[in-house]
Amino acid sequence: MELGPVLRVEEPGMFTTIQDLGRPGRRSAGVPPGGALDRFALSAANLLVGNTEGAACLECALSGPTLLALRSCLIAVTGAEFGATLNGQDLPSWTSVFLSEGDRLAFAGRRWGGRAYLAVGGGLAADRWLGSASTYLLVGRGGVHGRALKARDVLAAAGPALHPSVAGRDLSEQLRPPYSADPELAAIEGPHLRLLAPASRRVLFRQPWTVSRDSDRMGYRLEGAPLTIKSTELVSFGLAMGCLQVPPSGQPILLMADHQTAGGYPVVACVARCDLPLAAQLLPGEHLHFRLETVEAAQATWRRMRAGLDGLKR
Amino acid sequence: MPARRSVRIAPLGDAALLVELGQRVDTALNTRALAVAAALGRRRDVREAVPGYASVAVHYDPEQVTYRGLAAAIHKLVDAKPSPGPRGRLHRIPVTYDGPDLMATASQLGLSVHEVVRLHSEPTYRCFAIGFAPGWAYLGPLPEALRLPRRRVPRTHVPPGSVAMAELLTGVYPLPTPGGWHLIGRTPVQMFLPQSDPPSLLRTGDRVKFFAT
Repeated sequence: MELGPVLRVEEPGMFTTIQDLGRPGRRSAGVPPGGALDRFALSAANLLVGNTEGAACLECALSGPTLLALRSCLIAVTGAEFGATLNGQDLPSWTSVFLSEGDRLAFAGRRWGGRAYLAVGGGLAADRWLGSASTYLLVGRGGVHGRALKARDVLAAAGPALHPSVAGRDLSEQLRPPYSADPELAAIEGPHLRLLAPASRRVLFRQPWTVSRDSDRMGYRLEGAPLTIKSTELVSFGLAMGCLQVPPSGQPILLMADHQTAGGYPVVACVARCDLPLAAQLLPGEHLHFRLETVEAAQATWRRMRAGLDGLKR
Repeated sequence: MPARRSVRIAPLGDAALLVELGQRVDTALNTRALAVAAALGRRRDVREAVPGYASVAVHYDPEQVTYRGLAAAIHKLVDAKPSPGPRGRLHRIPVTYDGPDLMATASQLGLSVHEVVRLHSEPTYRCFAIGFAPGWAYLGPLPEALRLPRRRVPRTHVPPGSVAMAELLTGVYPLPTPGGWHLIGRTPVQMFLPQSDPPSLLRTGDRVKFFAT
């Protein structure tokens, strides 16, 4: 099948960007990893339509777009549940579906979660910058000219579409991350946990934290009883997605995909890879808890989750 | 071995760790951090080793190495004192000293504008780290006479090319971003180079000499 235009954007949705698994190895130049906030959901969407795991997809925040199929294609919607419909009929999520030319994919409204992912067979064609198609707004690179989707954008497939017989593949619910509106996130002790007053350590792991309005792809500011930290600023060091920084206000910041690559606020804990998808689905006003976990246990959990994804490759 | 006792290694999640060699802005520590980062960057199980002022953030592949195994290897590496790489490149950067905070900064410091310009353009600064935004380089140390705390109220928008200083550091804003440093001048030199790889004019360990135009 030919490449070229595959979907036309009729409504862009609240904030829809092209993302993949991120921009590797440029942190030393101050470039964050970027990519999907929920990397599991993006990987699953791609594998369901027969793509490589890191192909470019749409990340739809808060609401989904309305898209018109310009030719037949295979798609899968994963992550948050925004009520996807195909020509007005409910569309199963976490399942590959065949669209015919003229079909209309829409989203009726948010049921739960913050970010849905849409993969297209062959992957989406996009601007690439430093090894990734991820949209990075700060510098206006990647994706569709470094910006969110707009009405009348036309999305093209990056590679050949796949045979319709692949339609109907799904990832069963027990193999998906245990999404929840009030998740408990596995967190590994950070380099500066010792700087937290003992009472604050208990507060960190016992109280529910609220995602503030001041939260985006760079990070979530968390609200709760403030933490007391001994040394407020260290000399800047390299950071990772999932790090929990404590600024002098005592209200921690959970770093997400477009985070600053270096900073001087103490890092008291870091959310493990296995639970970053749960964090990715939270919206301002929602709550989360932290649970202390060891590196080894967190890695083992991630491996079990990966095995579910690997099953889609067969 | 005293060198080893001062090294702290701790996880940064389940696929990265932080090696802290110290907590000072110090050329010798920064040179060690760069040497350790360069050596770690050559390992197959390390995806990226990012130098900080006195630390290295190591992103590794847990399918190839355990946290404990890598931490032990890093302790050995630090003890073996890896040789520093080639000296950083020297950049001469022209500055028009007419920033919106120049006068206020001078009066806060009890100096004339001329003295601020002379003191700022005198040293050869070292790039201690890159971060905050793509291409943002933390340069220092600033002469004692120029040290001021950050602005109480950060600006929501600082134009790219602004030359700024705060505390013991100076730098050039690479992109339009918020910022809390004192703006003393501007340069036409681009710090963020989207067409280059790496996309930053400066690298950790480079040296910078500003000159007034």
